[in-house]
Amino acid sequence: MFKFVVKRLFAMIPIILAVTFVVFTIMYFTPGDPTNVILGNEWSETASAQLKAELGLDQSFIMQFFHYVKNLVQGNFGMSYITRAPVGDQLLARFPNTLIVVAGAMVFCVGVGVPIGIYSGVKPYSLFSNVTMVAGLLGVSLPIFWLGLLLILLFSVQLGWLPSSGLDSFASLILPSLALGSNYMANVMRTTRSSMLEVIRQDYIRTAKAKGVNERNVVLKHALQNAMMPTITVIGMNIGALLGGVVLTETVFSIPGTGRLLVESINKRDTPTVLGCLVIMAVCVAISNLVVDIIYAYIDPRIKAQYGGGKG
Amino acid sequence: MDETVKKYTTRKEFFKQYKKKSRLQETWNRFLRNKTAVLGLFIFVFIMVVAAAAPLIANYDDEAIKINVPARLKGPSAEHIFDTDEMGRDILARIVHGAQISLVVGFSAVALALFIGGAFGAIAGYYGGKTDEIIMRCMDVFLCLPDVLLALAIVAAFGTNLVNMTVAIGLSFTPKFSRVVRSAVMTVRGIEYVEAARAIGSTNAHIITNHVLINCFGPIVVQVTLYVASAILTISALSFIGLGIQAPIPEWGNMLASGRAYMRDHAYIVVAPGLAIFVTILSLNLLGDGLRDALDPRLK
Repeated sequence: MFKFVVKRLFAMIPIILAVTFVVFTIMYFTPGDPTNVILGNEWSETASAQLKAELGLDQSFIMQFFHYVKNLVQGNFGMSYITRAPVGDQLLARFPNTLIVVAGAMVFCVGVGVPIGIYSGVKPYSLFSNVTMVAGLLGVSLPIFWLGLLLILLFSVQLGWLPSSGLDSFASLILPSLALGSNYMANVMRTTRSSMLEVIRQDYIRTAKAKGVNERNVVLKHALQNAMMPTITVIGMNIGALLGGVVLTETVFSIPGTGRLLVESINKRDTPTVLGCLVIMAVCVAISNLVVDIIYAYIDPRIKAQYGGGKG
Repeated sequence: MDETVKKYTTRKEFFKQYKKKSRLQETWNRFLRNKTAVLGLFIFVFIMVVAAAAPLIANYDDEAIKINVPARLKGPSAEHIFDTDEMGRDILARIVHGAQISLVVGFSAVALALFIGGAFGAIAGYYGGKTDEIIMRCMDVFLCLPDVLLALAIVAAFGTNLVNMTVAIGLSFTPKFSRVVRSAVMTVRGIEYVEAARAIGSTNAHIITNHVLINCFGPIVVQVTLYVASAILTISALSFIGLGIQAPIPEWGNMLASGRAYMRDHAYIVVAPGLAIFVTILSLNLLGDGLRDALDPRLK
């Protein structure tokens, strides 16, 4: 198992490098002279040339990329064109907020989606199951930003129960988590239900029941373990989508997170900050993919057996 | 037995009874039996018709674009069923005209993704081995960036206009289509008729386009339907954060963004455009799910 983790960890490095390269290349094509953005009214030929040399913008594309990666490895994301402060500091200040929102959405999505999925998979023709299936169908089609606005209208404006913006208390986390998580919750629920439905018909479930194992243990021990694989895949795939959706959630709820920073920096044409935000989000996706792979290996005995005879 | 022989005097007539139910016909029948799928199709066709007939429903310049401050936020009336927005423009007119943009950009973006992603996917799936490995690893890199973010990056670098946005969304969906087409091609690749085509000396390009891709049609149609939904969602998401279709042009996402400030007293301003997005996405999702079930009866 340890060998597996180490191997996957090393496989992540080229992927992160490649993603950085892709993002760097796209941003390299940003039209216009960055020194215009930085210097503003103080722009002059000489000042511009001097600044370009200082920032290394006069070098070739490959050299610029090389320097960027070199700095990145040392934890240096470069300097913002607008605030002239290190991008890393801004990311450090903003990123925890993004993580909190994503974590909140994940808790909601797994905590509500999986149990409902299991229940409606075990009792597929019940009223509850039908209602949740319709809700799930509607849920996967709900735009995050619209749901966010509706939640604000209902819970902040009409009822006045929850704050509509910011992220300074637990109460202010509820609406963003619901808005961001609902879509994926519906997805997780549908997946769990359909894989549960499939597993529950298998012979070994009947065998377990015939042996006299009680219903609860059959569902939770025998069926669930086998039904979880597709759910984990969907949860894993959703982390990327959640990080994309967080841009919208942060916009709707005015949360000072990485997504907000990204949009603000795009509008201000602050390329280093845009790059920093994109890189850090891509690294998050890569890490979450890795975690999913590890969980997979932990659950699937075939992968476990391949590395260290199932004991690791 | 004898009766059958008597009944069909010519060979052509005899085979007609087997021809009657083609695979397409069977799939269609299965689709029609699925009520939610038919509902999805019905709603989507309705949206397409409304989008096409937009100029007949409301004048673009007079009702959807022209600023008419005295008429702003008057509340729903017979003249303005969905109220007017903060600039006095008819919300219904803007929604109807916005449908055109969403549909055109959505379909074009998916067509682009299908074309590029499909080409890579077909090559990867058909040749396998090293080619497959290289192409798919490259696509994996793009998959590391959530598609909204990739589209955002492209729009950020190249500017916000209709073409850039279509390309941005198209490119961000490319890796997904390459995966879909690749796996579809891989299932067909080993089947006898492909071997037969190879045996009679067809070129690889000919086999891929004429034998392999044609038979992957089903799963691809399903994915196209579902991804048009995501494309429409992405357009409005980008417009909502101000990096998509820009202000005077009516688009569902930017209508939500500009209406936000007024939603406390005028709920219609955000409810109506959002509902348009929601219903469109829902209809496409229903349609896509229905097509998937109809094309692959084993899943049911």
